[in-house]
Amino acid sequence: MTGAMIVTDEQRTDGSGSTDGSGAADAASVPATSPATASGPPAPITLAKALNLGLHAAMAADPKVIVMGEDVGTLGGVFRVTDGLQREFGEARVIDTPLAESAIVGTAIGLAMRGYRPVCEIQFDGFVYPAFDQIVSQLAKLHYRSAGRIRLPVTIRIPFGGGIGAVEHHSESPEAYFCHTAGLKVVACSNPADAHQMIQQAIRSDDPVIFLEPKRRYWEKSPMVPQPLTDLSATATEGLHRSAVVRAGRDATLVGYGPTVRTCLDAAEVSAADDGRSLEVIDLRSLSPLDLGPVLDSVRRTGRLVVVHEAPSNVSVSAEVAARVTEEAFYSLEAPVLRVTGFDTPYPPARLEDHYLPDVDRILDAVDRAFDF
Amino acid sequence: MTELMQLLTPGGRRITQASEATSPAADTALAGQPDDGRGMTATEPDAADLDLPALVADLTGADLVALYRDLLLVRRFDEEATSLQRQGELGLWASLRGQEAAQVGSGRALGPHDMAFPSYREHGVAWCRGVDPEAILAIFRGTSLGGWDPDEHGFALYSIVVGAQTLHATGYAMGMARDGSDGAAIAYFGDGASSEGDVNEAFGWAGVFGAPVVFFCQNNQWAISEPASRQSRTEIFHRATGFGFPSVRVDGNDVLACLAVTRWALATARAGGGPVLVEALTYRMGAHTTADDPSRYRAADELERWRRRDPLDRMRTHLVAIGLLDDERQRHLELEADTLAQDLRVRCRALPDPDPAILFDHVQVTDNALVAVQRAAFAATSGDAPPAGGTASGDGTGIVEREGAVVAGERHGTEEAW
Ligand SMILES: Cc1ncc(C[n+]2csc(CCOP(=O)(O)OP(=O)(O)O)c2C)c(N)n1
Ligand SMILES: [Mg+2]
Repeated sequence: MTGAMIVTDEQRTDGSGSTDGSGAADAASVPATSPATASGPPAPITLAKALNLGLHAAMAADPKVIVMGEDVGTLGGVFRVTDGLQREFGEARVIDTPLAESAIVGTAIGLAMRGYRPVCEIQFDGFVYPAFDQIVSQLAKLHYRSAGRIRLPVTIRIPFGGGIGAVEHHSESPEAYFCHTAGLKVVACSNPADAHQMIQQAIRSDDPVIFLEPKRRYWEKSPMVPQPLTDLSATATEGLHRSAVVRAGRDATLVGYGPTVRTCLDAAEVSAADDGRSLEVIDLRSLSPLDLGPVLDSVRRTGRLVVVHEAPSNVSVSAEVAARVTEEAFYSLEAPVLRVTGFDTPYPPARLEDHYLPDVDRILDAVDRAFDF
Repeated sequence: MTELMQLLTPGGRRITQASEATSPAADTALAGQPDDGRGMTATEPDAADLDLPALVADLTGADLVALYRDLLLVRRFDEEATSLQRQGELGLWASLRGQEAAQVGSGRALGPHDMAFPSYREHGVAWCRGVDPEAILAIFRGTSLGGWDPDEHGFALYSIVVGAQTLHATGYAMGMARDGSDGAAIAYFGDGASSEGDVNEAFGWAGVFGAPVVFFCQNNQWAISEPASRQSRTEIFHRATGFGFPSVRVDGNDVLACLAVTRWALATARAGGGPVLVEALTYRMGAHTTADDPSRYRAADELERWRRRDPLDRMRTHLVAIGLLDDERQRHLELEADTLAQDLRVRCRALPDPDPAILFDHVQVTDNALVAVQRAAFAATSGDAPPAGGTASGDGTGIVEREGAVVAGERHGTEEAW
C-alpha cells in the first residue's frame, strides 16, 4: 500500500481545484497565492491565513488531500483556518464530521490506507484525548506492524496552548504525549511563513504528523509571500524537521517553539535593551524528531541555555532537550540547562493564566540565574 | 408510537387526554422542522403506554406559576450573562435561550436523592438544583473551574469535554443501585454529543447493567455549525432501541411535557427498570457561544419559525388563558427578574481574580514534591503585581492584547472560543 498518489492531471480535471496550478481560484475567498506585486513588499498576513493558504495550496496540488473535522466546512473552522476551502473544493473534500474525535482520526487511518492524505482538525488541544487510542496505538504503529507496507500520511492539526482567556480544556499543551510515542512526528509552527510552508510539508509527509498551531498567535501578522510547494515527492518534507536560529546572539541561548518563540524574542529584545545581553533564540519547530544541531552549536558558543514552553516541566520537551544537551555539550555549559515552563498543575482558570504561562520576566529571571551560576 | 410528546400545544392549550399527549394532532406538530418527514416511528411499548397528563395531574395553580417563574428567571439570568460578556465581565457565555423548558421541566422532576450530570449549557438545571448562578458566572468569567459542591446540590460539575459526563452518570447510577439508593442519575447532553464514543459506551453500559440513569438529550438542532442531521441518520431517541432500553421524544419547549416525561423516566429508573433515553426537541435560539456567529451557517427564518414555539410564550399563554396570570402578576415576576439580574450583575463584577497561590492547591490529595517546589518558588517571586496583562505583541497588527478576560476571538470577531 502506498501513500497518496500525486495526480496533477486529475487535479486539473476535477473541476473544483484551481486551473492554473497556483492554487488560486477564488480570489474572493482565498487570496491569490502571490499577493506580492512587483511594485511593493509582500503583504503582512496572519498565521491563521498563512495556514489557510497552505491548506489551499496542498488541496489544489493533490486531489487526494482531504480536510476533515468539526465545523471545518460551512463555518471554516472555529479559528477560520479552513475558511473558504469547502466552497472551493466541495463537501467531498472538506468534511464537516460528526462530533467524534476518535472517529476523525480512526477514519482518517482508513482513508489513508486507501491512498488519501487526510488533514484532520482537532478543534482544541483539550479534545484530542478522545482520539488518543487511534493516534497512539493505531496511527503511530501500523507502519511498523505491517513491516512498512502501510503508510499513513495523516496530518492532525491541533490549535494548542493558552493565553486566549478561554474556558477549561481550551489552553493545553499536549505535545509531550505525542513526542513520547514512536511512529509519530510532532511539529509546531511559530510564525506565518513557517506555518505556510510547514503545513504543506506535513501533508506531503508519508508519516503521520501531529501539527501544533499556536492559537494565541493566530492573529499575529508578518509579511510573507505564499508559496505552493512545487516538489510533492518525499523530499518535499526536507526542512520540516529542522530547528532554526531566529535571532543571533552571543551570551546565552533561548529555545522555544510554537507560542513561546515570540515570548523568547521579546525577552531577547528586553535583555539587549536593559542588560546589554545578547541572547540567541532558537525555534525548535520540530519536537519529534528533535533537531538539536543548531542548539548544540549555539550552546557551545554561549555556554548557557534556557528552554521555554507552556507545557508542564515533568517529562517534557525541555527535559529531553536538557538531557541531550547535557550529554553532548557538557563541557561547554557554564550553568545547568534551565527551564521556564507551565507549572505541574492543571491549566488554571483564565484569570490566572498569566501567572501560569512563561513570560518575559520569568525568562529573564532564568537567564539571570544562568549568569549567576 | 411516540413521535412527540406534548402537554401544552404551541398555542398554549393544555392536553388532558393521554392519547393526544403521546401523538399530538397535526396542527401541533413541528411544522417545517428540519427533521420532518422521515416517517420514523418508535416502538417502545412502555413509552407509548404513558399517561402523560396523569404524571402532572398533581400540579396546583401555584406549581404552574412556579414553573413559569423558573422559566422567566432563568431566561433573565441568561440574558444578563450575555450582556455581562459583552461588557467584558465574562470571557465567554454559552446561552441556553430556547432551552428553558427542557431544563426547568426536567430539573424540577428531580428529587433530593437524584444526581444530575450537566454539560456546559445547563444553567437552568443548575438553577433548579439550587446552585448559585454566581458560581456559573465565575466559570465563564475565568475565576473558577467548578465552584459548587456536587453532593450538596445533586448537581455534578459542568463538563466541557462533550459527552464525558454520560459515563460518569452511568457509573454513579451503578453505585446508587448497589447502595440501594432511592435516587437516579440524569445525564444531560446534546445532539452533537450523541456522536461521541463516550455517549454510546454509556448507553451500552447502562443497558447491560440496568443502571438507574436517564439520558436527557437536548436536541437543539445544532452542534456549533453542524445540523443534527450530521450527527445521526436516525432520530436520536430511536437509538435506545438498539441498546435495549426505552426512549421517548418530547417537545422540549413544553415545560409540562418535559416535567412529565422526566418524572416517568426517573421513576422507571428508580424502580429498577434500567436506563431511559429522553430526546427533548428544542432549539438553540442564540449563538453557540458569544464567540460564535450563527449567520455564517443557518438561515434567519429558521429562528423565526422557532420563535413561534418559544417555551416562555407557550406557558404564559396557557397561564393567562386559565386565569392564573394577569398583568399584575406578570409585572411582579418581571420585577423579581430585574432584581435577580441586578444582583447578579453586581456580584459578578465584584468577583475578584483568585489568589494566584491557589494555582498549586488541590492538584492531588497527597502532597506532590514537584508541585511543592514550584509553589515555593512562585511564592518567593510573586510578591509583586501579576504580569501586566497581555501577550507581547510584535507589530500591533490586530494582535491579542488581553484585558481582563476578554477572549481573543471577541476582538477579531472570527474566533470561536470553544
Ligand atoms: C470532546 C469535545 N470535542 C469538541 C468540543 C468542542 N465543542 C464544544 S461544544 C460543541 C458542540 C456541541 O454540540 P451539542 O452536543 O449539540 O451541544 P450544544 O452546544 O448544542 O448544547 C463542540 C464541537 C468539546 N467541547 N469537546
Ligand atoms: Mg446541540
